[in-house]
Amino acid sequence: MKTLDQIFVLTQHWLTGLAPAALQPLVSMLLIIAALMAVFGTCFALTTILERKTLGRMQNRYGPNRVGPFGLLQPAADGIKMLTKEDIVPEAADKALHFLAPLALTAPVWLAFAVLPFGRNMSAIELDAGILFFFAIGSASELAVFMAGWSSQNKYSLLGAMRAIAQMISYEVPLVLASVPVLMAAGSLSLPEIVRAQSGYALGWIPRWNVLTPWGAAGFGVFLVAAAAESNRCPFDLPEGESELIAGFLTEYSGFKYALFFLGEYLGLFAVTGLGVTLFLGGWHAPASWLEWLPSWGWFGAKFSALIFLFIWMRATLPRLRLDQLLNFAWKFLVPLALIDLVAAAAWLKSGGWQFAWALETRWLLCATLLAPAYVCLGRHWRGGTPKPRRYHYAQ
Amino acid sequence: MRNEIAFYLVAAFTVAFAIAAMTLRDLVHCALCAAGAFAGLAMLYLQLDAEFVGFAQLLVYVGAIAVLILFAVLLTRGDEVRPGRAAPARSWWMGAGAAALVLAAIAAPILLSPSLEGGAPGAASAPVRRIGEELMTRYVLPLELVGVLLTGALLGAVVIAMREEPRTEDKAGGIPPRFTPTPGNPANPR
Amino acid sequence: MLGLGILKGFMETGRNFCGSYYDPERLTTVQYPEERLEPQANARTIPFLIYDGSDPIGGLRCTACTICEQECPAHCIEIVKDTAKKPDYLGKMQLHPKVFDIDTAVCMECGICAEVCPFDSIKMDQVFERAGSHRRLTLHKDDLSKSNEYYNKIHPAEAAAVDAARAEEQKKAQARKAAAAVPATP
Repeated sequence: MKTLDQIFVLTQHWLTGLAPAALQPLVSMLLIIAALMAVFGTCFALTTILERKTLGRMQNRYGPNRVGPFGLLQPAADGIKMLTKEDIVPEAADKALHFLAPLALTAPVWLAFAVLPFGRNMSAIELDAGILFFFAIGSASELAVFMAGWSSQNKYSLLGAMRAIAQMISYEVPLVLASVPVLMAAGSLSLPEIVRAQSGYALGWIPRWNVLTPWGAAGFGVFLVAAAAESNRCPFDLPEGESELIAGFLTEYSGFKYALFFLGEYLGLFAVTGLGVTLFLGGWHAPASWLEWLPSWGWFGAKFSALIFLFIWMRATLPRLRLDQLLNFAWKFLVPLALIDLVAAAAWLKSGGWQFAWALETRWLLCATLLAPAYVCLGRHWRGGTPKPRRYHYAQ
Repeated sequence: MRNEIAFYLVAAFTVAFAIAAMTLRDLVHCALCAAGAFAGLAMLYLQLDAEFVGFAQLLVYVGAIAVLILFAVLLTRGDEVRPGRAAPARSWWMGAGAAALVLAAIAAPILLSPSLEGGAPGAASAPVRRIGEELMTRYVLPLELVGVLLTGALLGAVVIAMREEPRTEDKAGGIPPRFTPTPGNPANPR
Repeated sequence: MLGLGILKGFMETGRNFCGSYYDPERLTTVQYPEERLEPQANARTIPFLIYDGSDPIGGLRCTACTICEQECPAHCIEIVKDTAKKPDYLGKMQLHPKVFDIDTAVCMECGICAEVCPFDSIKMDQVFERAGSHRRLTLHKDDLSKSNEYYNKIHPAEAAAVDAARAEEQKKAQARKAAAAVPATP
């Protein structure tokens, strides 16, 4: 079982050992990069088809089922279509920026995977400031989106880009604030360290995942919403709202550049989902001690898939927000809630040494009294109170 | 040796972007080049093993300040900037003077510092944990002050955004309908 | 409270997701090339010509009266009359079309030709899969001619009424013929 758990690590070591000694560091790095690109490239292809099928089922349709068995070859067909399409660059476009934007969006996203721990001993690099690296890399995508929208010389593209920037900047704040309590709990910025801090079981059977604490649950909620907005997923997909902006900053892109944007978007979703699994869902830890014989990367994959499914489910369920609702939601609901969550986490961690009977229950109650009223009040007031009955001035 | 090559490459990258940021005509190009220069600086920090500062530089400068500059460029009117205006205005000389003063103010302490004598110091590494510990013990008061200031700013922003202007329609009791059909002036003359 | 409505929405889509796997009734999609819906009785596409009997060209009901040609708002019908006459179902001598073309690129499937035809000869078809690898958009007499049984199949009620009316007329005509024949014999 130990071998199965470490199979990828062992394979990588074995393959590296085949190379001459001078080249070994380089080969080792290249192997990891190739593996990451292969795994998440496949993941991207699979997610596109599974997402479409799931969306179909949620709307009582079949979804794509024509290409290959159960339509599983649909991504290949899409890929071929994208590759063979004509690459159209508008006459008035800023050619250099128009060309660079998809690259600038996709390249940093790949970097983000370098710090995620996918299993026991399975992170490409163990950075001391891993999470900081993750957020720093993630912030580069805003500029790429802006480049795409501005260089297209199209009002819809520019509008989409401006929306995207406003949205990404706003939602980066709750995203980071929601992960701060986790850092407090783990006492480290390193992602493998954070996963290690979530090992073991409280009372012998409850896994010590952050999501199973009151502040962790609230933080996870904020994180999920902010992550969906960061990766421009429905219901936060206003930058490319096809019904109002004809695909926003993607309007003037076609062929492979469009595919690159698509890839970058999905990879961003994967990266932020992986971060969510690492921060809140215990990373690669098994949910119970008698399930620990399963390989750690399997557990990571299972949690990862479950979260991706949740995002797809969200897309099938919720309608798109309006821009002012979107920004109000970030600044008037998520940010205050994340700040209160920070206080709750501090209280929880500070009271960790309590030894008396009912200590755990008291701590739960303490955090819950901090969080629940805040949630209810903020939820009621983020739109400025209950909306008045609508009055139609011209339609009467 | 390898380190030096990397340093020169990164430095050249940074300087090239900085020059481009000052000389290009299109303001948006300038802003993007400035972002590139910020990223180059971050790479320099990383090359010096200053992980935390490097990533913070990326996060703050590339992620936030560059976008702020872009917003500023887009929200101001760029039409007045005419290309090809080469005559040195008087403000240029003042700008050059200010730049020289700043350069002198930075260069003088560096040149006078005792660390320049003697050989190059060993690789100084500041792991994040060490930075954290220092911030929490020795520099805890400044940190708290900065924290209070920033939280105050954040809350202030939220409060400003939350202030709800009473709507005009509530004051005036509704917008008058656009068409007032009267017997003499039918709304729909056909 | 914020979130309850969202949860309700999630329940709904989740129910759809699970339900669509064990309850095929939920899936309203018709997998088109393999399965298809029964066309509605009054569905109509381009016109066609009806023939009686077994000869698709000789049995055409059309008498080349050119009413449809004149009434067609798009002018998509072109008729050239034949010179020879043939008896129709009532025994009257009638002209026949030498050429009967419908330009389907122009035809807008309005059905006026079928409305005005006094001989119940032109009716509206129900074929909708007219895409092909050729560029021939003008349909000729032999493309257009289809049997009365086909007409009965696609528009049963309408066709039955037409057939009954025609049988009635035929009977009357025979009676008239017989009445005319009786005084002639003595």
